[in-house]
Amino acid sequence: MSTEPQTGPQATWERFLDEGRFMLQRARGSGEHLWWPRVATPSGETDLEWVEASGGGTIHAITVSRSRSGTINVALIDLDEGVRMMSTLPGVETAPIGTRVVARIETVGEAPRVVFDLAGGAGA
Amino acid sequence: MSRDLRGRAAIVGMATAGMGEAPGFSAMELLGQASVAAVADAGLAMSDIDAVFCATSAHAFPTMSVVEYLGLDARWFGGTNVGGSSFEMHLIQAALALDAGLCDAALICYGSNQRTAGGRLVSMSEPQWHETPYQPRHPITAYGLAASRHMHQYGTTRDHLADVALAARGWANLNPDAFARGALTREEVLGARMISDPLSTADCCLVTDGAAAVVMTRADRARDLAQAPVYVLGGGVAVTHRSIVAMPDLTTTGAAQSGPRAFEMAGVAHDDLDLVMLYDAFTINTILFLEDLGFCKKGEGGAFVEGGRIAPGGSLAVNTNGGGLSCVHPGMYGLFLIAEAVTQIRRQAGDRQVPDCDLGLVHGNGGTLSSQCTAILGSEATL
Repeated sequence: MSTEPQTGPQATWERFLDEGRFMLQRARGSGEHLWWPRVATPSGETDLEWVEASGGGTIHAITVSRSRSGTINVALIDLDEGVRMMSTLPGVETAPIGTRVVARIETVGEAPRVVFDLAGGAGA
Repeated sequence: MSRDLRGRAAIVGMATAGMGEAPGFSAMELLGQASVAAVADAGLAMSDIDAVFCATSAHAFPTMSVVEYLGLDARWFGGTNVGGSSFEMHLIQAALALDAGLCDAALICYGSNQRTAGGRLVSMSEPQWHETPYQPRHPITAYGLAASRHMHQYGTTRDHLADVALAARGWANLNPDAFARGALTREEVLGARMISDPLSTADCCLVTDGAAAVVMTRADRARDLAQAPVYVLGGGVAVTHRSIVAMPDLTTTGAAQSGPRAFEMAGVAHDDLDLVMLYDAFTINTILFLEDLGFCKKGEGGAFVEGGRIAPGGSLAVNTNGGGLSCVHPGMYGLFLIAEAVTQIRRQAGDRQVPDCDLGLVHGNGGTLSSQCTAILGSEATL
């Protein structure tokens, strides 16, 4: 848990990411997690705190984007905290829906981003 | 739910322009051509138009631009932008404004030259910051994700998607205004280049030029105008998300909410419908909307479209112009769904005419399965 920094949720989250931390917001009262960072949860909770993501997740949907600039996958990952996030699995072309994955922070170019590897280690 | 709006307003004029390719014309010129022709089709003068509803991919303030370009003296206007579904929303908004006496003759219009202007989908849609690091190529990335989930959950196959593409081409081959005509085989569809698995080029709508416009008045005035009126019997809308990551269920769209609202207002049942116009930006859309609008159960849309059921000669007439897949898709397609329903209900559809077509459903989709707007239109016989 962290004290609430004096910036908006997006800038705060990006600062955590720059420090190498994958953080999520959680409503103190309901325990409900939130992705992506906002000023309130969809159910209206505003008592938000920052907590470290467990990093565990499951592939909910996946597509392989094929273009002249290359082939990448784009996946929707159901995090163990109960929220869904867009991300990618850089180590593999694709993987079956339902596959367990683990988050890591990758920096390619200027900005860090949260990506996922297969939980079994393949493609990591 | 109120049925007060049922049959209170009607489409009295309709026209399209620049369908397919219109080199040398700007988006506004095409929109202007369609608007002038739609007003003339109604037997009205442009000076009779006192309300305008529009959304485009090219103008930040399309309502202002259209009012200026057409020289309108508008006392009411609407520019709701919910992507391709905007025009079904405008249809309902125009019916409301007419019924309330805020205006007497409403123009709904759209135009785009995006094929000849560059050949790529033009969109003013801003990226979502939490998606940008993963380079989604929306809209297709979002629809590919939804399709992947539908296949996983319900066993839908690429063969089912091909059934949708082949049905659309079958109808397009009966429509001289359709852009993509000619023989298309299942092998060609299944062998098409993959763009965003499981969707290939054959699963994507066209990128064309094109414009459309409709004119609406209250029902009492409609009966005295030049064309047989096409009445607005019901409408319903729903927005569920903006980013695909926030879609509550990737396999169920807001059509499951907008559809029942429209059926309730119209007081009609599925079996009453002669025509179903669904926003087919991608082949998976048709399957999703057939399910969500209640033509089959959730998960059975793939099996539903097998065996040519929605193709010419099938038991349900779906997307009889050839759809966004094979007829026309100039960025925002919603108004062309309405144009085809008007053409069919007026019995002006030539070789593709659905026999005794009195009642049609039009369903618009916007964003990444985000906005869903359903309307039900009918002839005088349905009042």
